[in-house]
Amino acid sequence: MPFDRASRPLKAAALGGLLFLHVPLLFVLLYAFTTEEKSYQFPPPGLTLKWFGVAFGRDDIWSAISLSVQVALAATAIAMVLGTLIAAALARRQFFGREGLSLLVILPIALPGIVTGIALRAAFNLLDFDYGILTIVLGHATFCIVVVYNNAVARFRRLSGSLVEASMDLGADGFQTFRHVVLPNIATALLAGGMLAFALSFDEVIVTTFTAGQQSTLPIWMLSELVRPRQRPVTNVVAVFVIAVTFLPILAAYYLTRDETPGKS
Amino acid sequence: MTTAVLAAPRGPLRGLSDFLLRRPGVYLALLLTPPLLWLGIIYLGSLFALLAQSFFSIDEFSGTIDYTLTLSTYGQLFQLANLDIVIRTVAMAAAVTLASAALAFPIAYYAARYARGRMKAAFYLLVMMPLWSSYLVKVYAWKLILAKEGIVSWAAQSLGLTWLVDAILAIPVIGGPSLSTSYIGTFLTFTYVWLPYMILPLQASLERVPHNLVEASQDLGARPGQTFRHVILPLALPGMIAGSIFTFSLTLGDYIIPQIVGGSTLFIGQAVLTQQGTAGNVPLAAAFTVVPVAIMGLYLWAAKRMGAFDAL
Repeated sequence: MPFDRASRPLKAAALGGLLFLHVPLLFVLLYAFTTEEKSYQFPPPGLTLKWFGVAFGRDDIWSAISLSVQVALAATAIAMVLGTLIAAALARRQFFGREGLSLLVILPIALPGIVTGIALRAAFNLLDFDYGILTIVLGHATFCIVVVYNNAVARFRRLSGSLVEASMDLGADGFQTFRHVVLPNIATALLAGGMLAFALSFDEVIVTTFTAGQQSTLPIWMLSELVRPRQRPVTNVVAVFVIAVTFLPILAAYYLTRDETPGKS
Repeated sequence: MTTAVLAAPRGPLRGLSDFLLRRPGVYLALLLTPPLLWLGIIYLGSLFALLAQSFFSIDEFSGTIDYTLTLSTYGQLFQLANLDIVIRTVAMAAAVTLASAALAFPIAYYAARYARGRMKAAFYLLVMMPLWSSYLVKVYAWKLILAKEGIVSWAAQSLGLTWLVDAILAIPVIGGPSLSTSYIGTFLTFTYVWLPYMILPLQASLERVPHNLVEASQDLGARPGQTFRHVILPLALPGMIAGSIFTFSLTLGDYIIPQIVGGSTLFIGQAVLTQQGTAGNVPLAAAFTVVPVAIMGLYLWAAKRMGAFDAL
């Protein structure tokens, strides 16, 4: 077809847009190797690996990573249970309040994060809660539910109802059907949702600022370094580490659910 | 299959399973109780606690919260300085939304109409990766790029364009002492960070533009520009509005980007943070958060009327 070739300006604009999305992160990568310590001088006067060693030896970074991992694991576990329950209820049924419930699930990420953050803080203050890992997890799990829900509900809708009926007709009860028919079918979607929830929680800073006490998660640590830089190259190394840690679960989640994404349509 | 020879179970689990099958209402209630308790108590409860705070006021002398209901905190919100913050934030959100739409369109259009197979998957991943990669790292990247001794200055110097950068920075209001402390820098960073949120829904709506409509328009003698304006753009609009919900809402509530890349003037998010933190005026902070919620409420209502939710 003569009309079905992309015009040159369109190609250029699309390529330019993609470069705009990706080139800035490459600069972060480059800066992790700079020898310049006091400024963001470009081009870097020299390249070195020593900052990786320095960052590796810093206790404050390790404790921040450890807190972030604990929070992300706990929040992901809660979100996976609650998100799957909502998805199972909403996927096929019609009932009163269905629309309201799906809005309620989306609300924690549809409203600006600062609203969720300060709302939780107001509630914790009223109840005289002590700030700590528990309050961070409460906030994170709340906005992670929607990620698990989105993945699970798409898979539940694709899961044929006749499979479940066949299992029941063959004499399995509801629990057996869940264990042997439903769970194997939704497992990869749940895993993908869980990975995205983990990535979301591991990176969250806007809500965490309000729900954390004295402890720092990794993003909180980074934020304080961005506001008041102490050792810039160490921050750069941590930034590269964060890119790597979030990159892998996202890639895995994509491969686990790619039949449901537009990439495979 | 091995599952077919499972022993027929007897016992309490079987009984429970049969009971739930006979009463779908109870089954549904069991499914929904835990998530409803969580979202209802923790999330909605917190939102109400916040809303309630905005009707209290702060005692000017003791600095403690006065728990009598009053509208005076909202009165404070409408002082000139605070209105300024609201207007600045909304203007920034609008500018970021327009820029995102303009940048997103070619990517989404190419991916929806021309990319096939592997290429399409690659496009999808290339948009998903930056969407999910760390927010703080993305902001940090722009701090590096826009820094006085950073890449932009270096590139301008090597190309002999320093005068151009200086001229842009000399523009009143949007300019400033350097790129990383001006509204231009804030704007660029916002646009960069939220752009993927615009591309995905826009692409989804462009995928659904029937190709024969485009062909019909061409057969009837429309020039490419006319086809774009009268056929493609109206059909892609719901997707664009869906994307704008994200870019608008995320900009309204952000307090980190203007703090790291930007001038000393406040945006709504920063105002909330200072009021509840250093100033200790939680009622005013609560009233401030009602502003983005109200704006987003109006926005969502208008978007729903224009059919944007079908594009999500």
